[in-house]
Amino acid sequence: MKPLHIVGIGVIAIAIIVIISMLGDASQYVTFDKAQQMAVNGNTNSIHVVGQLLKDPAGEVMGVRSTPDRTACYFVLVDENNQQQEVFLNEPMPADLIRSEQVVVIGKYKEDLFVADKVLLKCPSKYQEEEINVSANMR
Amino acid sequence: MVHYDIGNIGHLLVIISFVFSLAAAISYGLAANSKDPADSDRYRRLSRVLFFIHGAAVLGVVTTLFIIIHQHYFEYHYAFSHSSRSLPVHYMISCFWEGQEGSFLLWIFWHVILGIVLIFSNRKWEASVMFVFCLVQMFLTSMILGVVIPGLELKIGSSPFMLLRDVINAPIFLSNPEFVPTDGNGLNPLLQNYWMVIHPPTLFLGFALTLVPFAYCIAGLWKGEYTEWIRPALPWALFSALILGIGILMGAYWAYETLNFGGYWNWDPVENAVYVPWLVLVASYHTMITFKKSSLALKSSFILVIATFLLVLYSTFLTRSGVLGNASVHSFTDLGLSGQLLIYMLFFVLLAVILLVVKWKQIPTSDKEVSIYSREFWIFIGATVLCLMGFQVLAATSIPVYNVIAEAFGVILNMAIPADQIAYYSDIQIWFAMAIALLSGTGQFFFWQKMDKAKLAQALTLPLVFTLIISTVVMIAGDFESIRYLLLLICSIYAIVANASILINLLRKSPGLSGGSIAHIGIALMLVGILYSSGYSKVVSLNNSGLRLFKESNAEMDRENVLLWLNQPREMGEFTLVYKGPRKEIRGYNQLVNFYDLAPTKEPTRFVLRENLGTDGITAFAKGDTVTIYEENTYYEVEYFKGEEYAFTLYPRAQVNPDMGLIASPDIKHYINRDLYTHVSAVPDPNEELEWSEWEDMQVTMREQFFLNDFVATLDSIRPVKELEGVPLLADDFAVLAYITVKGSMEEYQLRPILLIKEGQTIPIPDRRPELGLRLVLTEIDPETGIFTFSVSTTQKEYIVLKAIEKPLINVLWIGTIVMVIGFIIAIRRRYNEFRKMRDKAVA
Repeated sequence: MKPLHIVGIGVIAIAIIVIISMLGDASQYVTFDKAQQMAVNGNTNSIHVVGQLLKDPAGEVMGVRSTPDRTACYFVLVDENNQQQEVFLNEPMPADLIRSEQVVVIGKYKEDLFVADKVLLKCPSKYQEEEINVSANMR
Repeated sequence: MVHYDIGNIGHLLVIISFVFSLAAAISYGLAANSKDPADSDRYRRLSRVLFFIHGAAVLGVVTTLFIIIHQHYFEYHYAFSHSSRSLPVHYMISCFWEGQEGSFLLWIFWHVILGIVLIFSNRKWEASVMFVFCLVQMFLTSMILGVVIPGLELKIGSSPFMLLRDVINAPIFLSNPEFVPTDGNGLNPLLQNYWMVIHPPTLFLGFALTLVPFAYCIAGLWKGEYTEWIRPALPWALFSALILGIGILMGAYWAYETLNFGGYWNWDPVENAVYVPWLVLVASYHTMITFKKSSLALKSSFILVIATFLLVLYSTFLTRSGVLGNASVHSFTDLGLSGQLLIYMLFFVLLAVILLVVKWKQIPTSDKEVSIYSREFWIFIGATVLCLMGFQVLAATSIPVYNVIAEAFGVILNMAIPADQIAYYSDIQIWFAMAIALLSGTGQFFFWQKMDKAKLAQALTLPLVFTLIISTVVMIAGDFESIRYLLLLICSIYAIVANASILINLLRKSPGLSGGSIAHIGIALMLVGILYSSGYSKVVSLNNSGLRLFKESNAEMDRENVLLWLNQPREMGEFTLVYKGPRKEIRGYNQLVNFYDLAPTKEPTRFVLRENLGTDGITAFAKGDTVTIYEENTYYEVEYFKGEEYAFTLYPRAQVNPDMGLIASPDIKHYINRDLYTHVSAVPDPNEELEWSEWEDMQVTMREQFFLNDFVATLDSIRPVKELEGVPLLADDFAVLAYITVKGSMEEYQLRPILLIKEGQTIPIPDRRPELGLRLVLTEIDPETGIFTFSVSTTQKEYIVLKAIEKPLINVLWIGTIVMVIGFIIAIRRRYNEFRKMRDKAVA
């Protein structure tokens, strides 16, 4: 069974490499504070930050703007620790950004700006919408 | 009026199907366990009846649910949340399985069909195999049971026959329990696509088919027929791999055609959840092929067949329990079934693992050492690579599960899936893909010949020479920035050459056996297609001018989108693009119509035509006709020019959906050697009222050139009119029409504001051109000075933001897919014939 033993060792070795690479590449959910620290320490991994768009007391979203040519946008995100951070997204403004309840940005700091590669939006749940629609149907 | 009966019938049928699957399981179990043949036969016949009742009940549930959707009984939650009145019938079929309950039902339905086929095709194995089938059916029907156990307040399953008022706490139901909404929420527009009508049934058939080899495997372990189960299971395993593979690729093609992810594969957890079982399934039938000569292959077959089915269960758990949460864009919403799903999965994990451990010692073994020149060895290596491939994907896809498990032990992990999923998976999968290509080429030589060192060298020489020649040519022709890509290409070329040489030999002798080599050629072609279309995919709409992130620093980013103003040419790569404006689709007319030729009416889908509509001089609709449009889709006409010459027109599509924001679907220009894939990434919101600027006065003389919203305009003439549409002119009334020409960058526009003096009152009637972002009225005429006063108000000009990606050699991927399918079909035919011969000899 000699060749099989070699195969077995190979399989284990590859499995370990796979697990190590996964642990190395796995991203993390952090706050902006932590993300900035990581950037200062030279950690260039992209991380996930969960937050909400900055709102004024009346509940209107503030700080969202497109670049003049509309191919990129900026917005201000407030993380769990209530820290505000301007975020840049090199994509046109997602159409449902303004109405989102929760925003997950995936990216990293470039100097003082958080540059997002990707933005995940969580919009008001279907359940609530159905409720609104039912009452709309009633009228 | 609430239709109570149909829901009650449906619910009753669900309960019947559940009860009878349980009864059939017990009865089949007794039949399989009975030592006395007469007894066993009696139980078997009873079980059949029970299973048929179960099957009939399932068909009844399917029919009932479809009637509820088809008849628009919106008092039912399922119809309300997945369908609407305007939905065409073929999409009603899609909304049948849009929801979790419906997709479970589809799965159950396929099991019923497969069960019937098994009953009539393999009597010898019927009892033990159907026992496993019925157990699975029992678990699956329990998911849609919707029964509350009294006393425990424990709810089992989520019924598709729930009334809306029982699901949603709307105040209206308190005052009027009989309230029925007039329309439903409709089908997710992304799913309104013909691929979505056939993709889910295909995928679920693939899932359902994995149960067949699993059931044979468990039956084999149970009855102690450790080798006999493979022969009947093998064609099913192949068929399952084929259907699941087709299902995956259909999903990929749908994503490519419909979604704006920019490709056909996104390494999304939901995609991974199907990809991993498929890899293991493919590994399993490879070892099953060689079970006879090698105990290693036999034992791996047990493990892999079981693993495939358990992975399907795990995938189901991942996508349906809500555990993925933020990690996926399209997992199902949590129906509170996670506990039930976990029990379902654990039951079969325990059943299979315990059975395997208990019987392991009895599985025949041989002491013969596996030679590295044997085909069994190389097939085993191939299967191992496939499993490692799956393991890499599974390990990272399960990250959300680790978080949940850690949390259960009081540890907060906060782990997230890799930020760049595509790079993470692709960077490792590419090495496995190379190994697969090499093995699928070399393995074939071992498969068809008894090998030793000398023979191997002889067999490999010619293919290697060909590979080198072809690779050199390709290398000279194209430039390779990455050594990995080059290696994968060489490996794939080798796989094609090696399998082709085997194929040529086989075609001469026994074409019926050529399935393997053909399928392998297909896989290698797919690898080449994936390599080029993904590895060398490039953003064409790239704008290298660079965007300064900060004024003071050099941090720059390239723009990946271009802004196209209406009728303003813009260069993009080798093309000049001109955005021609939004277009709509008229019902019953297969041409797109300019949105600005449509005047709105009170109904949102009805419009009055401003121009005649038709092609080649034949008028399909006349000016003033009222037409009905498909309100959801807006197409954006973009003309492509090469130099001065018109090349083609693309119509990327978008839906601005109140629930989901902008949903863009690409339009693709197909060339033989590449695709140009384009989609809009931002458009003005059509539901938002245009914001017009304040009116500004402007004084102009006849034939004077002046600027209107940055366009050059001239007042050509002013003429009195005798008739005005809709306004009766009396003797004293007076109306003049101003003829203004506006020069756009591509064409000229005519503006016709009217000044009406009726019963002594001055009434200016404005003309507006949203495509110019312009509206104006004639307010004053001074006959003495010859000065005309206009009031002008402007708005945002029409625009789109476009992204364009080039996908080289993507057709090789689709061709490879077809070749692979052909190979599979030939192989299934062969293995099915082998099984039939055996069965008819009464040995199977």
